[in-house]
Amino acid sequence: MSDANHIDVSYVANLARIALTDEETTRFQGQLDQVLEYVEQLGELDVSNVEPTAHAVPLVNVLRTDEPGVSLDHNAVIANAPAERDGQILVPKINEKF
Amino acid sequence: MLNTKTITELSEMLAAGECTSVDIVNDVLAAIDARDGQVGAYLTIDRDAALDAAKEADAARSAGRRGTLLGVPIAIKDLLNVKGQPCTCASKILEGYTAPYDATVIAKLREAGAILLGRVNMDEFAMGSSTENSALGKTSNPWNSDHVPGGSSGGSAACVAADEAVASLGSDTGGSIRQPAAFCGCVGLKPTYGMVSRYGLTAFASSLDQIGPLTKTVKDSAILLEAIAGKDSKDSTSIDAKVPKLGKNLTDDHSLAGMKLGLPKEYFVEGMDPEVEKAVRDAVEHCKSLGAEIIDVSLPHSKYAIAVYYIIATAEASANLARFDGIRYGMRLDGKNPIELYGKTRAAGFGSEVKRRVILGTYVLSSGYYDAYYLRAQKVRTLIRNDFTEAFKQCDAILSPCTPTPAYKIGEKSDDPLKMYLDDILTTSVNLAGNCGMSIPCGFSSDGLPIGLQIIGDSFKESTILKVGHAYEQTTEWHCRKPKI
Repeated sequence: MSDANHIDVSYVANLARIALTDEETTRFQGQLDQVLEYVEQLGELDVSNVEPTAHAVPLVNVLRTDEPGVSLDHNAVIANAPAERDGQILVPKINEKF
Repeated sequence: MLNTKTITELSEMLAAGECTSVDIVNDVLAAIDARDGQVGAYLTIDRDAALDAAKEADAARSAGRRGTLLGVPIAIKDLLNVKGQPCTCASKILEGYTAPYDATVIAKLREAGAILLGRVNMDEFAMGSSTENSALGKTSNPWNSDHVPGGSSGGSAACVAADEAVASLGSDTGGSIRQPAAFCGCVGLKPTYGMVSRYGLTAFASSLDQIGPLTKTVKDSAILLEAIAGKDSKDSTSIDAKVPKLGKNLTDDHSLAGMKLGLPKEYFVEGMDPEVEKAVRDAVEHCKSLGAEIIDVSLPHSKYAIAVYYIIATAEASANLARFDGIRYGMRLDGKNPIELYGKTRAAGFGSEVKRRVILGTYVLSSGYYDAYYLRAQKVRTLIRNDFTEAFKQCDAILSPCTPTPAYKIGEKSDDPLKMYLDDILTTSVNLAGNCGMSIPCGFSSDGLPIGLQIIGDSFKESTILKVGHAYEQTTEWHCRKPKI
């Protein structure tokens, strides 16, 4: 396990794209350090010869026939967009040069 | 007072022409009007749509159509997409979202002729054990309004216990159906992973989530599970197997002769409420009196389940909740570029518990920590799964308490996340192993709060746990008690 039960909350929150307030950063720091300290107990176990389980029911290559189906209604989908123009979802500029 | 009846009773009354679906829906709506001010189970009620659907169900019945769920009203946890209706996940971030499609379980309920009553409260994105993490309202325990209903399917359990619905659907990632069922005194079943399609269920932890029924009786649980189960091409993890006749298989023969029931010593944990322990041990004795053989089994890695669960569930959640970014649906706070927009929107839209879990999940998956946390947790998950495999070589089902205590008070644990997490100690292993489990009422505390007996089965052995639960329930009277509201 990690040598210090310490998570850099503001760094990780930025990776997770959540703009925390200073108060939240301080509060979560204490709470999450406590949770990480708790999960350290998994270090007691020798798991060197154990295969990981990603899914409880092992399934491999689930295939179906490739047939066209009905898509979601375009208008119903666009109606959910916070900003829309000409039937498309409007987003802020992603490149300042244009 | 048709709202107090079970699916089984109403289905017989409808078939005999003793009532109509419109009568049932009217009684349920009246109960919601009278009681939901106190209970707070519902987020939105589809009055007109429910009455229209009830009229259609009555017309279909007059035209000769039959079906156990035809005309029976069901409440839905508000993380299942119901076409044309909100699906809030009890979060502010989904403000203004209207579901453009039906979840597979909703489509199946519609096909069966069930009436969709409306959507009920939950912890935000199913993250919590008390429904206190809802951003949209407070839900109380129908047995005592100072206490939590449990969670995350707290609304689903409270509406059934308060007779504000005949039955409901919830979802269970670490105990979120079974624990509120135990706290509210109803029957809650988490099916085997893959038994029910997750299409249209807002994903929390995809390798653990399952949709399941909350009902007044075990037989109703079997009926509702049978209706929603089955392979779905829209969920590649749903299993291609014939759905057994779960409802019809439950008979009036309540003998458990020939059945071996295991008692895991690790599930009678330190700090357990003595009244809970006594009620469960009495239930075990009762099963013995019905002919079951009781044996000791061991699930040695149980104590690691919470640690494994909170690594795997938060890791999967951090990926699943990336979709709530203010671009395609829901709330948006503008920013000068997309990165700023995401950060501001997610800060304003998510509550504290969701933020904490997304941050923890991002951390355990991040470079340098993946092996130490996530991979190690997946390996211990294998050990937990192997424990069950070994136990089910010796017994047909496992009996345990569902929760270490009865429902606690609102506010009692809401400031201490770790304390709240530790309460899931008896339920999370079942999700990690992927097998099935249910909670049924087995007593009351001296304060009058319900106590739940957990019955755990091997994968796809729902018929076994339903048989044990039905036999116990039909020879006891706990499920007949009603809260005074």
